[in-house]
This record gives sequence, structure tokens and C-alpha cells, in this order.
Amino acid sequence: MKALVIIRLKDGILDPQGEAVRQAVRALDKAKVSNVRIGKIIEIEFDGVDKGSAEASVKAMCDKLLANPVTEDYQIVDIS
Amino acid sequence: MKLAVIRFPGSNCDHDLLHALKYRLNLDVEYVWWGKKTLEGYDVALLSGGFSFGDYLRAGAIATLTPVMDAVKEFAETGKPVLGICNGFQILTEARLLPGALLHNSSMKFICEDVKVKVETTNSPFTSALSKGEVLTLPIAHMEGRYVADEVTMKRLEVEDRVLLRYCGKDGQSDEKTNPNGSMGHIAGVLSEKRNVAGLMPHPERACDMLLGGEDGIKFFKSMVGLAKG
Repeated sequence: MKALVIIRLKDGILDPQGEAVRQAVRALDKAKVSNVRIGKIIEIEFDGVDKGSAEASVKAMCDKLLANPVTEDYQIVDIS
Repeated sequence: MKLAVIRFPGSNCDHDLLHALKYRLNLDVEYVWWGKKTLEGYDVALLSGGFSFGDYLRAGAIATLTPVMDAVKEFAETGKPVLGICNGFQILTEARLLPGALLHNSSMKFICEDVKVKVETTNSPFTSALSKGEVLTLPIAHMEGRYVADEVTMKRLEVEDRVLLRYCGKDGQSDEKTNPNGSMGHIAGVLSEKRNVAGLMPHPERACDMLLGGEDGIKFFKSMVGLAKG
């Protein structure tokens, strides 16, 4: 069983890393890129658990450690 | 009166902090290991700078899951003073003992320089020996020092007089030019609701000897001498 979690900076929080990349990709292909935001993908593997308990466990991990609710939102995109 | 300097794997200002408190301020201070489950026998808990657990995931995040942090939470709940410096500040925000968060500097650069900070409140165990509006010169050395909080929290910090220190110029004025890392409200340090937990990004322990460029750190730590006597 593998879970995939995406962590994003909340809207409105300055992302200087994304801003630096935005400027770079604009220079790269002159595309009209208006915004770049950089987040994290976390893959978590489980042994011998059902989907329900894996999901509950990932949610608890996100709430307690993987995401900071002050600045980040998380989304469990897949568990399979 | 005994002070605890809490050390995590990756702490690297623990020696400076212990040295400053022990030899420059003559306080009774000891190291406490991160695996310790209690802070019994200590009167002040200090979290030093560094890169606890490599600062993986987010600066200070992993340290919050250690046994000693459960002890620190309990310690703070009883109203005892807890001070976090740099990585210690990051750990205290991650542990929700302080509001807000510390993100990458807006310049995306590691900043290591002397800055000026203004004492915004003396109503705390850590600044009671200072004067309101006093400007101190202290070094900063961080990658993630940009203080961020939501609008409601920012308002509460101001209204409740919980901004401890603010980045400023030599005359005490704060603006974009005197803000080294993009912190909201030019905030360099904050206090908890009960005012017994504080965090700051500057390193007073690195400014306790003229040989190292300044002694304003001694001024900062003087309030703790008061605590020791009190």
C-alpha cells in the first residue's frame, strides 16, 4: 500500500523559491508564466494494512508532522 | 535556580549559549539531552540554535516529536520560562508553543550578519531588565527566519504587546530596508499568550564578548540574572 501526499504553501504566502523559478522559466522560453509555486510530494509505503487504516494513519501524520497548518495545505492524492 | 540548555542532534549553538550564561553571566546552567522525559529540577528551559535533525521536512519540525519536547510543553504549561533562539524559535513555533511560522528568507539566501533590533516589550521574563525602545545589535545567522502569521494572529501580537523584538535601523525605525529576511511586521521575536514562552531569530549568545564584536547579548540575558535572583 502506497500513499501519495502533496503539500502546498497556502495561497498568499510568499514563495521566494517559486518566484526565482518563475523568473528563470520566463527567461527560458519567453512564455508568459505569471506564477510558480513549489510544494512537496511525499510517498509513504505501508506493509499489511488496509486502505482505511492507511488513510487514517496518513491523515494523522499530515496533521502532526508532514504539513504545518499555519503555512501549508495538504492533499492525500492517492492510496493504493 | 538552574537553567537547561536543550540539545538535539544538529544543535550547534548549545556550547555558545552555555558558555555565555555560565561564564559571562555566572548562571547555573546544564545541557539536557533530547531523549530526556522531564525537566524536573530546572527553572528555565532554553532551546539553542542549529539544525535539529538536519532541519529535514521543515526547520524545527522533527525535533517537536522528541521526548524532551513533551517535557518542554509541560514545563511551559506550568508557566515556567522557555526561550528559543534561532532553531529553538523554529522548534517552538512548530510545537505550537508560539504562534506563526518561520519560512525561507525572502532573498532565498542564508544571512549571517549583525542586525539592529528594538525591544518592543519589557513585559516578559526575558526582557524585564531592558528598556522599551532600546536598540540592540545582535547577529543573525539563518536561512529560514521570515516570520509569517495569519492576519488575526498578527493583529493579536500587536494589540496584546507580544512582539518581543523588531528588526530596525540604528534610530529604532523599522522599514523594508532594515528588515533582513522579509518577516511580517519586521518581527524578530515573539511571546506566547501567557508571556512565559519566547522565541527570537537573533543570537544573543554570540554577542557576549567584545572579542566577538559586541556585548549586547549580555544586556539581553541580564533579565535572566534577575530571574535567578528572584
